[in-house]
Amino acid sequence: MSSKEVLLEVKGLNVTFGKGKSKFEAIRDVSFEIYKGETFGLVGESGSGKTTIGRSIMRINEVTGGEILFRGRPINGNIPKEWDREITQKIQMIFQDPMASLNERAKVDYVISEGLLNTKKFGNDAERMEKVRNALLEVGLLPEFASRFPHEFSGGQRQRIGIARALVMEPEFIIADEPISALDVSIRAQVLNLLSNLQKQNNLTYLFIAHDLSIVRFITDRTAVIYEGEIVELAPTEKLFSNPIHPYTRALISAVPEPNPYKERAKKVEIYNPAQHNYEKDRPSFVEIEDGHFVHANKEEISRYRTMYKIGV
Amino acid sequence: MGSNNEKPRILSIQNLIIKFKLRGQVLTAIRNISLDLYKGESLAIVGESGSGKSVLVKSIMGLLDKNGFIDQGQILYKDYDLAQFNTEKDWLRIRGKEIAMVTQDPMTSLNPLKTVGKQIEECVVLHQGLKGKEAYERTLKLLRDVGIGDVEKRYKQYPHEFSGGMRQRIVIAIAVACNPKILICDEPTTALDVTIQAQILQLLKNLQEMYGLTTIYITHDLGVVAKVADRIAVMYAGDIIEIGKTHEVFFDGKHPYTWALLSSLPQLGSKGEELYSIKGTPPNLFNEIKGDAFAPRNPYALNIDFVERPPFFKVTETHFAKTWLLHADAPKVVPPQSLQAFFEEGRRYAHE
Repeated sequence: MSSKEVLLEVKGLNVTFGKGKSKFEAIRDVSFEIYKGETFGLVGESGSGKTTIGRSIMRINEVTGGEILFRGRPINGNIPKEWDREITQKIQMIFQDPMASLNERAKVDYVISEGLLNTKKFGNDAERMEKVRNALLEVGLLPEFASRFPHEFSGGQRQRIGIARALVMEPEFIIADEPISALDVSIRAQVLNLLSNLQKQNNLTYLFIAHDLSIVRFITDRTAVIYEGEIVELAPTEKLFSNPIHPYTRALISAVPEPNPYKERAKKVEIYNPAQHNYEKDRPSFVEIEDGHFVHANKEEISRYRTMYKIGV
Repeated sequence: MGSNNEKPRILSIQNLIIKFKLRGQVLTAIRNISLDLYKGESLAIVGESGSGKSVLVKSIMGLLDKNGFIDQGQILYKDYDLAQFNTEKDWLRIRGKEIAMVTQDPMTSLNPLKTVGKQIEECVVLHQGLKGKEAYERTLKLLRDVGIGDVEKRYKQYPHEFSGGMRQRIVIAIAVACNPKILICDEPTTALDVTIQAQILQLLKNLQEMYGLTTIYITHDLGVVAKVADRIAVMYAGDIIEIGKTHEVFFDGKHPYTWALLSSLPQLGSKGEELYSIKGTPPNLFNEIKGDAFAPRNPYALNIDFVERPPFFKVTETHFAKTWLLHADAPKVVPPQSLQAFFEEGRRYAHE
């Protein structure tokens, strides 16, 4: 893993909303790296800050502290204009709700090429049309659909349009914020397959934000679990699921419904109580407990986790 | 269908057809469904959006949109035929008192201008005929029953002071306050987080026992079904295509659509490989559907599937499926590989 090229690095990220009395720290000291070509999962409950992290990378949310580096260069704060333009093109986002994320009054042609128009990334109109056409074909839609309006499409098709809109910019890095949560079961699989095929073809890197752990397990290479603005555990996905360490991760994984009535009914759901940590004297930090497996814990907890889960002893 | 000797029948839907008038066209949302509900059971209706699962239960509550109407069939409950009801006055005898509903989104189903205590008490007063102190006490008990602590203080709070999971508990308290016989839960946990989802499902299960409720769950999440359901009805394009006990549908499913639904679960996929996905899209219900509605998307479809609609074939006393594959003359078809392993695993559990 460590030999891989780091594409995106988040260092000590802090996002605070509001001022003074109504100040709210949404993200506290979050750091992680995303390697080129991988799918990095970010899971947590609503309000945990997973979307805020995605939006900070998209530079929709102001960053209060820390740095975000793309290919080793900072992308937040004051940056040169060309770099800013390049980032705008290289980092794209796919949104959750295809019903709300497309402009109802614009034709698909415009919806897809709006980014191109803004960055003037095309020579003439014929070239732009060609790009839209290719993007539509890539996501499995017909080129004729360009002249239709979003309301003429089903949820699955609209999500494909949302994906085409990101692809047309020829990005390297895509933030997918719950891209399939609003879709039907049978359509979900289609879109998941589409995303992984596109990744292979175009050598894309994904940040996959989701709350559904069964999907995260299926699609991601590494996963970070976030709780109230802090990453509590980060590991290669299989390791995280087979050997979860942090009590919150354990609670989250135990709550995932199993599609097997016998297992589902026999299973015990663990409940996470944040009061169990004693961080008064012994401050916690983000510790690598085994190769590539990080946990947010203090010294006493680390030694306890090591003996409990037989790691590194 | 589905004779069940232990429990008496509480609701019976017979040959129901529901249509909607839309922009001068007629859409058939429910295509001739028959379904029995037994006292004390919990039935899960599974299907994609547009399969008609919500329309079906709305017709039981008399909540169909204005342009929808029952074209044919009966909904028998006690001595009533609910399909004949057409005035609000008729429905008020049923709604809440006999059949209550928990809706999907707790953010929009409560009145933001009233305290939650008052909203629950309203139902207690109206449906249980209690007044004053008695009604207040009963409301507090309901709050406690749905797992809310510090009830005197909570009684006086407004919905915005509650989290999503807590609001859903309030909605459930309101539904239970009417003392219904049947509780319909329409995607009760879709809008909630996984950890909260597990708690709410457990709560619903406990309440079902405590109050002797018969419950209908509407969901597209097979994990939810696995947790709560005694029986499953799988819907596709306005029809029930398979019905049976939970383990029968999960581990001995017969309809290719049931197979497809299970196969497209990410839990059954193996990493790095393509996940099974159902090709195409559901049929347009404005058009008349010939044969098996799933046939155009079905890799196992037989010629007859495009011509004649399959009847229910009996698999066991409690398990029925509408697919020609069960006909005596049909060729032997085995479910997809990944699913066979899943079925095998289920059978192993059944023996333990």
